[in-house]
Amino acid sequence: MTFLPKSQRFLIVVMAAAGFLTALNPAAAAFKDDVSALAGKSFKAKIEAIEKIAASGDERTVPVLDALLKGNLYARNADGKVVLTEKKGAVYVLFDPLTGKEVGQEAKGKIEKIRVNNRLRGIIQGALGGLTLFSNDAQQRAKAADAVFKSRPAAMIPILEKALKRETDAAVRTRMELALAATRLVSSKDTPLRLAAIKTLSTDATTEVRALLGSFAASSTEAPVQHAAKKALSDIEERLAFWNAVGNVFQGVSLGSVLLLAAVGLAITFGVMGVINMAHGELVMLGAYTTFVVQELFRAYMPGAFDYSLFVAVPAAFLVVGAFGIAIERGIIRFLYGRPLETLLATWGVSLFLQQLVRSIFGPTNREVGNPSWMSGYIEATGGLVLTYNRIYIIIFSLMVIGLLALLLQKTSFGLKMRAVTQNRRMAGSMGIRTGRIDALTFGLGSGIAGVAGVALSQIDNVSPNLGQSYIIDSFMVVVFGGVGNLWGVLVGAFSLGLVNKFLEPVAGAVLAKIFVLVAIILFIQKRPRGLFALKGRAVEN
Amino acid sequence: MNAVHAKPETHDTILYLDGVSVSFDGFKALNNLSFYVMAGELRAIIGPNGAGKTTMMDVVTGKTRPDTGKVFFDGDIDLTKLGEARIANLGIGRKFQKPTVFENQTVAENLELALKGKRRVFENLFFRLSAPQQDRIDEVLNIINLADGRANQAGSLSHGQKQWLEIGMLLMQDPELLLVDEPAAGMTDAETEQTAALLKEIAKSHSVVVVEHDMEFVRALDCRVTVLHEGTMLAEGSLDLVQNDPKVIEVYLGR
Amino acid sequence: MAPSRPHLPGISFVLADRGGLVLLAVLAASAVLVPALNMLVSPESAMHVPTYMVSLLGKYLTFALLALSVDLIWGYCGILSLGHGAFFALGGYAMGMHMMRQIGERSVYGNPLLPDFMVFLNWKELPWYWHGFDSFAFAAVMVVAVPGVLAFVFGWFAFRSRVTGVYLSIITQAMTFALMLAFFRNDMGFGGNNGLTDFKDLLGFNLQSDGMRASLFAASALALALSYAACRFIVSSRLGRVLVAVRDAESRTRFLGYRVENYKLFVFVVSAMLAGVAGALYVPQVGIINPSEFTPANSIEIVIWVAVGGRGRLYGAVLGAILINYAKSYFTGALPEIWLFILGGMFIATTLFLPRGIVGSIPALIFPKWKPRLTGAAE
Repeated sequence: MTFLPKSQRFLIVVMAAAGFLTALNPAAAAFKDDVSALAGKSFKAKIEAIEKIAASGDERTVPVLDALLKGNLYARNADGKVVLTEKKGAVYVLFDPLTGKEVGQEAKGKIEKIRVNNRLRGIIQGALGGLTLFSNDAQQRAKAADAVFKSRPAAMIPILEKALKRETDAAVRTRMELALAATRLVSSKDTPLRLAAIKTLSTDATTEVRALLGSFAASSTEAPVQHAAKKALSDIEERLAFWNAVGNVFQGVSLGSVLLLAAVGLAITFGVMGVINMAHGELVMLGAYTTFVVQELFRAYMPGAFDYSLFVAVPAAFLVVGAFGIAIERGIIRFLYGRPLETLLATWGVSLFLQQLVRSIFGPTNREVGNPSWMSGYIEATGGLVLTYNRIYIIIFSLMVIGLLALLLQKTSFGLKMRAVTQNRRMAGSMGIRTGRIDALTFGLGSGIAGVAGVALSQIDNVSPNLGQSYIIDSFMVVVFGGVGNLWGVLVGAFSLGLVNKFLEPVAGAVLAKIFVLVAIILFIQKRPRGLFALKGRAVEN
Repeated sequence: MNAVHAKPETHDTILYLDGVSVSFDGFKALNNLSFYVMAGELRAIIGPNGAGKTTMMDVVTGKTRPDTGKVFFDGDIDLTKLGEARIANLGIGRKFQKPTVFENQTVAENLELALKGKRRVFENLFFRLSAPQQDRIDEVLNIINLADGRANQAGSLSHGQKQWLEIGMLLMQDPELLLVDEPAAGMTDAETEQTAALLKEIAKSHSVVVVEHDMEFVRALDCRVTVLHEGTMLAEGSLDLVQNDPKVIEVYLGR
Repeated sequence: MAPSRPHLPGISFVLADRGGLVLLAVLAASAVLVPALNMLVSPESAMHVPTYMVSLLGKYLTFALLALSVDLIWGYCGILSLGHGAFFALGGYAMGMHMMRQIGERSVYGNPLLPDFMVFLNWKELPWYWHGFDSFAFAAVMVVAVPGVLAFVFGWFAFRSRVTGVYLSIITQAMTFALMLAFFRNDMGFGGNNGLTDFKDLLGFNLQSDGMRASLFAASALALALSYAACRFIVSSRLGRVLVAVRDAESRTRFLGYRVENYKLFVFVVSAMLAGVAGALYVPQVGIINPSEFTPANSIEIVIWVAVGGRGRLYGAVLGAILINYAKSYFTGALPEIWLFILGGMFIATTLFLPRGIVGSIPALIFPKWKPRLTGAAE
């Protein structure tokens, strides 16, 4: 086990060589004393030593403090010398922290670890942060600034000021300014400086700033500063609440889009045709497995084009699942029109059948469906809000699906025939529309959309034979809530259920939120038995 | 145009509709409809398809709530606030346009279900027919010519027989007011004649409102006629009078 | 069945029901025979019924009672409940809570008052709704009261608002789903995921003993017989004819002056109570009750027992429940991977080819002259 990366060990050696050249330098001698002081028993003395080491500007600072932080810095019992260690079997190899040279081996009992406590750890981290503030890597510098922000050692103020002067990256600069403000706030005694710090801090609405200002406001005794901190705090809380709400909206819309995808096929089969298809969830599941198969083919034959697999999976799922739907309609459902409860039972049988079929072919465990690279990753917005790409794409996709469907129903001759058949079967039949064919195609369309939903769900959920079961009740709730026979109702239903769910979750917890939504829908149906956007009139009653 | 009635003396009207309007998604099924039926009267209501005849019956029997307007039964009981069962128990019986009987039960059982009184759950759990009630069922079976088929499933009856069974159920209910929707539909001429005679017989002891398309049947009823059109009352009077009314001719023959 | 309908006095409603008489006779015989063959015949004999078989048969009888309760509302009143498993489970939990309290100091943690799972959750006090369950009489009342009250509240809302048909089916499913989620929560105080188990005894008798197992079987047979008679009494009364009228032409029934919602509510509550009794008898025989009993799929499966047996005949539901559960025990043991194919196929085949189920269709195939009375048969 190595306590330092090889490159860093190399660095010590090089720096130590440089150190020899300045052996007589008083600063170098002070550094040596400070390192030795680390072995003392008093934490107060240790802190002093650490602060001196950090302020020394010596090149060996980083490895020494890093080793101390990681617990690799020991004191030799024999002479009290501070050493870096590397475990080798039963013994420890010792290095001189000043020269980087090996200085012998010792058994575990012969050396003693230099102990650190949490307070010390914070100080070391802050100090280390300050040292990497001058790194060439902007990301390193940003991290360092954040580390200082968390530990806020007063000694860092001049270093930060120095770093800020040379900083050119605007984003890193902001973070350094915040770190500086935080450090000044807790350690400075100068009122205008602290007021300015509060002002700077209040620009950043994060939970960390809130915690900092909160504890400061509680302990501060200086009235104007305390007042400013309180004001900034309430301001930040307001903005945090806002971003929290935005996050909830996103989560809710995302859940809504999933519900919408799961339910929109039902809006066709249940809403338009009046068929209670309990196998709808399994059709979604088949769509997800189609995605799996398509991806396997890509992996086997065109691994380079894997990112495009979803563009093949969507039409493939539509066709495969649509074909299943047509087979179910022609084989079973058409004999049961006008007997909704029987249809419900028969399609439940279909769902059991499909579950077992998939379990027999693909096995009972989850199958791995990959995210293409363009769907992984996220956007990090302000206020700690994270928007993942796959959720965003699914929201867009769900809206595209319902938009296309609305177009299909309203603008094409198939849509016209479909509406004709559902409104007056006999009349449509006598006008030469082949009603059986339209039924089959309509059911196929609803099923195909379920398949497409399965492609989307495979990107965010486990693909297993039980996938459909987890969506069936929710999607019926959406359709029943939104109102049957109405795409608009499904849209509004899905997003409102998604939003209500996500806004309740932080208050009540996920399970209670869901129970609450279910109970609310049960009560809602009492008031509006036909849903939110119900049709009225005599024709509806039968 | 609306025929506006002065509110009649309440004690002698059995049914009084006052400015009733109903709309379904913008379509006005009833448009400020007002008319009244006197106690003991036999009244025929005619009108082309979509005139609002069935909706009018739905409003009276509590199936549909009017958007505006009032419906008074037996003088001053406002029906618009009450449920179907309550209205039926007040004494309003209804026969549907499409004969609706309980198909999986026998003719006799259908009549027994309609028998006046005893509508509560628990009293029906221990209900036994009394001898007079049994006699009444036999009597009605004879009136509707189904005495021989009393043990048959109602679902196995012909269309005309179902119509009669439904009228028989109305007789068992013994309501003050009968609303009869197209009783002669699907009947032979002979059956139609018998039905008209039966309704006239019933009207001797009940108030009856008949909705009908068949003018011969309405003529056979020989009663006051109300013509509905687009949800309002177009004309009222004897059949000869309304048949010569130019507005009525326009509605039936025009366009 | 006599064609004319002057009512015979007394128990005519039972005598007129030939299928039911056969069922009652079989139940009476097995209530005596099965325990006798288990306890009096030596284990070596071919006639011996092993104890596990007694419990298995007893479990079937509780399922039969559950199916009976569903047939009462679905077959006769057209209410397709897809949440009846919830009432069954609630009855089962009520009994489970009693048996849990009976464990006392014999539990793993040895707490005289709190069941193990509460000790595990670091609870200090028994929740208020667990009080009283130490008494068998109280628990027995709760077995019917809890499902009854839930059915009353749910039905009161649903039937008054005229939620019917598939809408009702869907919200009954939502009801049992919501209960399932709730019972999975540890905070509910019903043992969460694991439910209630490790029962020791009931009424002072060891649950593992042969005598107790035989008694539970006999109790299940008796409960089924009594419930059957009660259901038969209901459907043979004028109330039963109103129920069929509601099923076939709900709004017509209203125009005859019947408050349809009250009738539905009555029969729904009775049915829920019967389901609760079934659950209470089920739990001591299988030794566990957990939230998976609330799974919507379970409730749908009950419906297929009734459909396969033949709905609207009461004894059809009993037959269907026993047949399918026997098949399930056999296939999940012998060929587990095809059981769902068979169950799924049964749903499809029954609705397509045997809409009246076994008792409504098979006799008619064998005896073309035999015409079942249609009162019960739907549509």
